[in-house]
Amino acid sequence: MSERLDVKKTYKLLIKGQFPRSESGRTYEVLDARGAFLANVARASRKDVREAVLAARGAQPGWSAASAYLKGQILYRWAEMAESRRRDLADLVISPETHDAERDVAEAIDRLVWYAGWTDKVAQVYGGANPVAGPYFNFSLPRPCGVVASFAPPSGSLVGWVDSVAAALCTGNTVLSLLSPSRPLAAFALAELTATSDLPPGVLNVLTGDPGELGEVIARHEDVDGLDLTGGDERGADLAEWAADSLKRTYRPHEGDDPTRRLRAFIDTTTVWHTVGY
Amino acid sequence: MSELGLTSSSTLERVIRVPSVERRPQFADEVQLRRALDHLSGVDAVGVAHRVGKLATRSLKTSTKMRAIDVALSMIDLTTLEGADTPGRVASLCAKARRPDPEDPTTPAAAAVCVYPDLVEDARRHLVGSGVAVASVATAFPSGRAPLAVKLADVAAAVEAGADEIDMVIDRGAFLSGRVGQVFDDIVAVKAACRDAHLKVILETGELVTLDNVKRASWLAMWAGADFIKTSTGKVSVNATPTVGLVMLEAVRDFAEETGALVGVKMAGGIRTTKDALRYLVLVNETVGGRWLSPDLFRFGASSLMNDLLAQRRKQQIGAYVRPERFSGD
Amino acid sequence: MSDSFLTSPLGALEYAPAPESASLARLRDSYGLFIDGSFTEPHSVSDTVNPATGERLALYTRASSEDVDAAVRSARRAYEMVWRDMPGSERAKYLYRIARLIQERSRELAVVETLDNGKPIRETRDVDIPLAAAHFFYYAGWADKLGYAGFGPAPRPLGVAGQVIPWNFPLLMAAWKLAPALAAGNTCVLKPAETTPLSALVLADILRQAELPPGVVNIVTGDGVTGADLVSHPGVDKIAFTGSTEVGRIIQRVAARAGRHLTLELGGKGANIVFEDAPLDEVIEGIIDGIFFNQGHVCCAGSRLLVEESMADEVLRRLRRRMDQLRVGDPLDKNTDVGAINSAAQLAKITELTEAGEREGAERYSASCVLPDRGYWFAPTVFSNVSQTHRIAREEIFGPVLSVLTFRTPDEAVAKANNTPYGLACGVWSEKGSRTLWVAERLKAGVVWANTYNQFDPTSPFGGVRESGFGREGGRQGLEAYLDV
Repeated sequence: MSERLDVKKTYKLLIKGQFPRSESGRTYEVLDARGAFLANVARASRKDVREAVLAARGAQPGWSAASAYLKGQILYRWAEMAESRRRDLADLVISPETHDAERDVAEAIDRLVWYAGWTDKVAQVYGGANPVAGPYFNFSLPRPCGVVASFAPPSGSLVGWVDSVAAALCTGNTVLSLLSPSRPLAAFALAELTATSDLPPGVLNVLTGDPGELGEVIARHEDVDGLDLTGGDERGADLAEWAADSLKRTYRPHEGDDPTRRLRAFIDTTTVWHTVGY
Repeated sequence: MSELGLTSSSTLERVIRVPSVERRPQFADEVQLRRALDHLSGVDAVGVAHRVGKLATRSLKTSTKMRAIDVALSMIDLTTLEGADTPGRVASLCAKARRPDPEDPTTPAAAAVCVYPDLVEDARRHLVGSGVAVASVATAFPSGRAPLAVKLADVAAAVEAGADEIDMVIDRGAFLSGRVGQVFDDIVAVKAACRDAHLKVILETGELVTLDNVKRASWLAMWAGADFIKTSTGKVSVNATPTVGLVMLEAVRDFAEETGALVGVKMAGGIRTTKDALRYLVLVNETVGGRWLSPDLFRFGASSLMNDLLAQRRKQQIGAYVRPERFSGD
Repeated sequence: MSDSFLTSPLGALEYAPAPESASLARLRDSYGLFIDGSFTEPHSVSDTVNPATGERLALYTRASSEDVDAAVRSARRAYEMVWRDMPGSERAKYLYRIARLIQERSRELAVVETLDNGKPIRETRDVDIPLAAAHFFYYAGWADKLGYAGFGPAPRPLGVAGQVIPWNFPLLMAAWKLAPALAAGNTCVLKPAETTPLSALVLADILRQAELPPGVVNIVTGDGVTGADLVSHPGVDKIAFTGSTEVGRIIQRVAARAGRHLTLELGGKGANIVFEDAPLDEVIEGIIDGIFFNQGHVCCAGSRLLVEESMADEVLRRLRRRMDQLRVGDPLDKNTDVGAINSAAQLAKITELTEAGEREGAERYSASCVLPDRGYWFAPTVFSNVSQTHRIAREEIFGPVLSVLTFRTPDEAVAKANNTPYGLACGVWSEKGSRTLWVAERLKAGVVWANTYNQFDPTSPFGGVRESGFGREGGRQGLEAYLDV
């Protein structure tokens, strides 16, 4: 019996819940660990960045206003979807020899579950009532800073990518994620599963392309409120400096960071005072 | 810069636009009245307290302070409202009202002596020609719990006996249970029974409790024809307070702008010190302006306040503190 | 108008010229820097003037790069040798001491602040100084409880904090910066604003009285050059800045390049939103407090009034009347409501923007007060018929100037309030709680005051969103800026 010929997948972008090609029509080759061709991947342009930010901004009010319970349900649903595709995802993890792809996927899914559980804890843990010295009810609420752009870790680690998007998502931000240029496939496949997880269009937007080309565009885009520089590597300082022009919140990972550091990175606390009396 | 007092008040008067003709609205029924009351903006008690607290830090110029003490003296309704009142007690109170400090004839007389209706005639006799008015609490003071006919008879008797001013109490029960039309009608009826006497309407703000109620009751009383709105009977645990005073002053200010009618405010009960009195004068000054700094538009219902004002007055004159016994205990 | 209104039988009350005595300030002729626990000899001195008179109050030292370097080195030594490893309970006691000393010397501090800044003594006495003491008192209690602050069981300090503060609340901003930093175990180099160095120098003397170990707090006065030296010093681990958004951007660039921890508290264009059902008299006071408190030199000032169209005329009429009652003048007079503009430069900026407002067609009303003939003054001013494109509706004026805009629906109110790159504070006035909370949820602002304005408390986190900066000061959240978490 002749072997069946694979149906290959065309990798595209994820913008506003849809999977367009780059408006530029450009692609680039992604190779496996041994250098063999795996796929042509869309090479996003500045205009794709612009579209992705627009999509994230458009989805922001809805996602931010969605109940914490619903956000948790959706993120957990995403983990459920991923669980049923563990093997497929593991096949796409392009890892150095020493790296265990299945373990990376398992950890990534577990991490998603962890973040899903945070959605309705953040306000309680980082907000609260403040006992001011006067007749006022005063409470602080952590709120999303808005649109967060994240640079995925270049290693292609799936758990690293989950960190770089889910921390921002679970605190109510909408996200534009630029994947690792050389190892984008597993993350993109995981992102695709949001389409069956009830994540509203535009909440997570995923681009593939050249961080060298797009990094500055993203970091200088005024309507991006936060920047996760996990994958910023040697360009991190440049990106952070560009981000200063619009006073973005930036997160740069440090060795031994508590995982809540990233969670807190894209929160702005709003404190509300109200008179108490009759 | 520091002399701004006059400027600020006259400015206030300039910008308060009062129609030259008095125009109090008419209400067809209780529903209309209630709608009008509901239409009044709310009061935020914290904001009122904040404003009062800020104004409490104003300090008066020494020369002004002397004048302010005299103004305060002239605003006093010297009051005795005890079951044990007698003609003798009224006589000595009247003497004190006419000449609060016998050693200093420049001391202003009180605005009025305030007594129960059965003692009006005594007071009248002692105050003839003094310029000090006779005020009387009528309408089943202090509870107001009597049939309207009895209240009106009470008023008529006091007026007949020579009262220049009638201090009536509103039916707080009716007000709190929403029967605002009844409260309105009562005031209208009492006003008619007053004939030429001035009507002060006691809201008993300590029983109305909320500042929203104080504001509504103030407007209701003014719409119904009050010449004065007054805080308290002095017979409940909470009497005049600066926050209530501010809300009532704002009400008379807005009422003057809306209708052209100048309504007075009387703070009654619990005002014992010169400091308290001067703080009220500051409230008046900054809320409605100098026009109200006069006994025809602002009064203190008090008794012990007078001696403290006299003591402070003497201190201003001689530069030393004086014994309380220097002034009569009436 | 009724004639009876023009004549009062007894006339109006005149308030006393009740000035605090300037001698209470006990100012010296000239001040050095506070480095390593003692004052240096003054050098490269500049005048600091009383903005109410234009007269010189004292000379202060413009710190050189070498001075800044000495201060940072001193802070580093104190961090490593003393402060970092001192038990939190001991650090707490130093902070409690400082709080008490501020209370003890509050009258002196109030007079110094009023002289140097131009703000009314009523505000320094009742707001700035008590709040500064309260901040130290509040954070003192955290010093030995950091493990319970929600950032892990044993959070570590960051190291040496370089702190640059503005001129609008000089001592209070120093307290907001120093108290949480010290409680968390950091040491500090504080740079006060060039026009208001004096209260920080009195604070230095308080630190001496408190026997705070040398180097734990260093105070270097100077202008922007000194500030730039401090934030770019390689020995600084953490930068905290309060000031303009423009300078904030520059500092963020420096910090980004150097990988420093950073918190910024920047400008604002706060919207004070008034719904038709709001408590009207309190609204007027709230608008006044919102824009004329501290001459409008407040980053969170309610400088845009958004009023529901149906009551706009009424609010404006009452507001103008109330503005005419404001007592503008001698800041040391206890009866003064509005004091002097802090500097000639600030006055020029306010004047320029208000002239732009008139040119752009907004209707100007300025209070009828008489302004003193020397010093820097600006009459409380309101602009009506302002549209969102006008500069006075977009740019931070940082003065006693209010722009009035109208709205018709809650959605429109929120949209207009958020139509600014800033996001520091907003006010909402309504008797309807559900709508107030609905609006508060949607406002892009770090602080929302409902039926009040310009309230501050050490337990209450304060700070901006978007281009008003990031990080919080006050509350448990305020510790995060000074912990390595």
